[in-house]
Amino acid sequence: MKFFLLTILLFLFLNIDAQISISGHIVNNKNKPLYGVSIVLKNTYDGATSDSLGSYFFTTTEKGDQVLEATISGYNLAIEKIAIDLVPIIQDITLKEQITELKAVIISAGAFEASDKNKGAVLNSRDIVTTPSANGDVTSAFKSLPGTQQVGESEGLFVRGGTAAESKIYMDGNLVNNFFFSSTPGIATRGRFNPFLFKGTVFSTGGYSALYGQALSSVLILESTDLPEKTEADLNVSVVGIGGGIQHLAKNKKSSFGISYNYTNLWLAFNAIKQKQDYFRVPLAHQTDANFRIKTKNGGFLKYYGYISGNKVGFRSIDIDSATLKNSFALQNLNTYQNINWKDRLRNGWKINTGISFSTNKDGIANELQSADNDKVSISNLTFYSFKNFSLQNIARYAQARVVLEKKIKGLSVVRFGGDYFYSNEKTTYTLFDGTKYIEKVTDNLVAAFTETDIYVTNNLAAKIGTRLEHSAIINKWNIAPRISLAYKIAEKSQASFAFGIFYQNPERKLLPGVAGIDYSKANHYIFQYTMQTKEHTLRVELFYKKYADLYKTIPNFNGREIAANNNGYGYAKGIEFFWRDKKTIKNVDYWISYSYLDTKRNFLNYPSEIQPSFTANHTAAFVFKKFVLPWKTGFNLSYNFATGRPYYNITYDNAQNKYTIADQGETINYTNVSFSINYLPNLGKKSAKAFAVWVLGINNILGQKQIYNYNYSNNGSRKEAVTPPANRFIFIGCFLSFGINRTQEAINNNL
Amino acid sequence: MKKLFLSTIVLFATVAVIAQSEKFTTAIKKNLAALDTSFKNPADLLSVANNFERVANAEKNQWLPYYYAALCQVNYGFMEQNKEKIDGYADKATLLIAKADSLSPNNSEISCIKSMIASCHMMVDPMQRWQEYGQESNSNMEAAMKQDPTNPRPYFLKGQGLKYTPEQFGGGCATAKPQLQIALEKFTTFKPSSEISPNWGKERVEMLIEECK
Repeated sequence: MKFFLLTILLFLFLNIDAQISISGHIVNNKNKPLYGVSIVLKNTYDGATSDSLGSYFFTTTEKGDQVLEATISGYNLAIEKIAIDLVPIIQDITLKEQITELKAVIISAGAFEASDKNKGAVLNSRDIVTTPSANGDVTSAFKSLPGTQQVGESEGLFVRGGTAAESKIYMDGNLVNNFFFSSTPGIATRGRFNPFLFKGTVFSTGGYSALYGQALSSVLILESTDLPEKTEADLNVSVVGIGGGIQHLAKNKKSSFGISYNYTNLWLAFNAIKQKQDYFRVPLAHQTDANFRIKTKNGGFLKYYGYISGNKVGFRSIDIDSATLKNSFALQNLNTYQNINWKDRLRNGWKINTGISFSTNKDGIANELQSADNDKVSISNLTFYSFKNFSLQNIARYAQARVVLEKKIKGLSVVRFGGDYFYSNEKTTYTLFDGTKYIEKVTDNLVAAFTETDIYVTNNLAAKIGTRLEHSAIINKWNIAPRISLAYKIAEKSQASFAFGIFYQNPERKLLPGVAGIDYSKANHYIFQYTMQTKEHTLRVELFYKKYADLYKTIPNFNGREIAANNNGYGYAKGIEFFWRDKKTIKNVDYWISYSYLDTKRNFLNYPSEIQPSFTANHTAAFVFKKFVLPWKTGFNLSYNFATGRPYYNITYDNAQNKYTIADQGETINYTNVSFSINYLPNLGKKSAKAFAVWVLGINNILGQKQIYNYNYSNNGSRKEAVTPPANRFIFIGCFLSFGINRTQEAINNNL
Repeated sequence: MKKLFLSTIVLFATVAVIAQSEKFTTAIKKNLAALDTSFKNPADLLSVANNFERVANAEKNQWLPYYYAALCQVNYGFMEQNKEKIDGYADKATLLIAKADSLSPNNSEISCIKSMIASCHMMVDPMQRWQEYGQESNSNMEAAMKQDPTNPRPYFLKGQGLKYTPEQFGGGCATAKPQLQIALEKFTTFKPSSEISPNWGKERVEMLIEECK
């Protein structure tokens, strides 16, 4: 027995003494040594960390068959079976790099992303509200990026030679039909939605994914925020109105709801800053919205957003055809939008993203010819004059249902597919000066199916390949649109991308109902991109070529309105764009510069030949500069936008030749705009503060430079009038307050 | 004979258990010593982190090695100069501290690490992140104070945070010093529950107070 115990003890003793060394070299699949790899003899304390040469060394007293594991983030776990005996072990290990979001190339051709979390984003959510030329408008901040035109006379994004109608806007996957307030002649309206509703935005200037369609030029994809960080109430007061709202976060932080109301009235602003137009009804709007968001078990979200607004505006301007008369325009609008979206993880690597949206829009327009004393002037003999007295009522209803399913294949590679259904019903009642009513109805049922795959071959090479299939009742044909996008990582921080795609679009509403037999209009995009991006710098160069085919040519219908007649239009756009953002070189200064060169011509609508459209400039540049001065708790933002002159035309119908001709043409002066804004945050960093305030002072076109967007011609072509902004300069002063209810509540609870 | 055999086994088993826990304590102690010196050389910090993680994964039911591994990772994150890499270390620390948390819930020391991790994330882009991570850091710090009022470390973190906050934001020595004094007082009375329990930070507090003189 003694002998037995002794043997055991001796054995133990020997065991402790018999330390075996294990060492080796750790490399990646490119044979580069890896530093910081953790090597473990499984289920023991023994192991080591590789040094800068990839070497490791440790000793162990374990014996027999053991498992050696090597781990480091970004690489697959390596497992080596070893048998420990009496000789030192040398075990070299090769680790295979994982395809991870952090390291993988980004499929980015054509796209700009504004996000706080995603890598590859060029803007963050704060940039949208602190870019002075944007005036807190969601889409306007994107006008400081390359690819967009500085069009000030009408709303929307004019991208790479495309019209505003060629850009579509999506919220949580659903199309937003009336993103902007209803158009008023010669004055761009703002977007309806508050920029703080969105946590991420992707602005594609071309070559976008097969998940979206019906836009020849561009899509803007907005993603709404998830749960608020805390229950909060906010209040804003400014020269343009007042508003407030609350966001309530449930105690378990799994759901939230919110409501807000905003009242806009430009009376004060328009009294202080003289407007070119004579407003008999200053712009006035009531807007209210409500939302709820529920976080699901699997980390998904069910989100609802509902919006309703009513607004009115009316103004007189000098009638262009006469020296003495005035033209009076009045608009009344009622708009609703509702969107419910469910995004979730299902089992076995499947994801679902589905949603339904409904919206309605009602516009009532009354146009009148008025005398110098603002009395109605009825003219019944002269044809074109008499048409200036009219009213127009437009009632539109839209619905959309959408489902996208996604399945993870391997690593980051996924395949997704799904479908869209769009319904639109628009009814227009046009009442002439003599009371004659014309009623037009346009209904469309558009179905789309799409499939797309993201393939990550390695961390350095990825492709997005997709196809979209569409059928619109208006056209009554199918179209098939392939899209492909490739990305290749050249070096650690730089990558090259290429995209090709075919895009189809129906005629925009104002050209409908068209002549029977019209087809889809079409554009082919070819994009080549080079990007170099670090945390502090972004350099992006993009070359593009866009070929338009089957664009709509128009003819006047029985009441003089231009409608889509055929698909004989065509055109092209090509150019090069630069974007440079630097957050580092100058301390506490963040600036970006963008430049676009655009060469484009097209023959569409009533153009007599292939000409450069009046909404395009050849050279566009923007410079945005932001500096935050900590001791003053104040941010200073400056932006400078420049565009070379745009062509303008007087296109008239020549009865003798029986065709459209250019009666006159010219080029506007260069466009320049220097805007400046100051944000003052008095409570910044005061943790005890109950309210958090942001004061904003913004001055648009601070130098009061003359801006001419276009020219309007009189009916006989003898007079032309510059289309200019309603005021040379605009000044915004406002205060935004937010109150965290949660904290005060906590403080009360803690003291009880 | 049977009795002897049984008692031998019992003895042997007890010896094994004691040996095991002694081995554990020794391993932690050895690495704690390494931790003390590793701040001078960040590269060592990562290898000490790995040492703790090995012990943690071999034991699986001890929160301390996970805690120390997370502490090393987050401190490594604080020392990292390349801002793009910081989030990675903070995420690794989060994984480790989550395991510690599940083994020892409502632990003041663990809440301190959570607060440090949030601060580490915030450091990458303070302007953009302070709202989210600043709050997370604070709430964990406050939780730590509640969970163990005798623990000096949350006060140390609070003081340290304030010291490095610009004066315009309500930071600086003036507001930091009272917190650091509280931390120092608590350090003098704080008794770690074992020789391997968390007991770090006193020298750092003294240094910060010195800097504020």
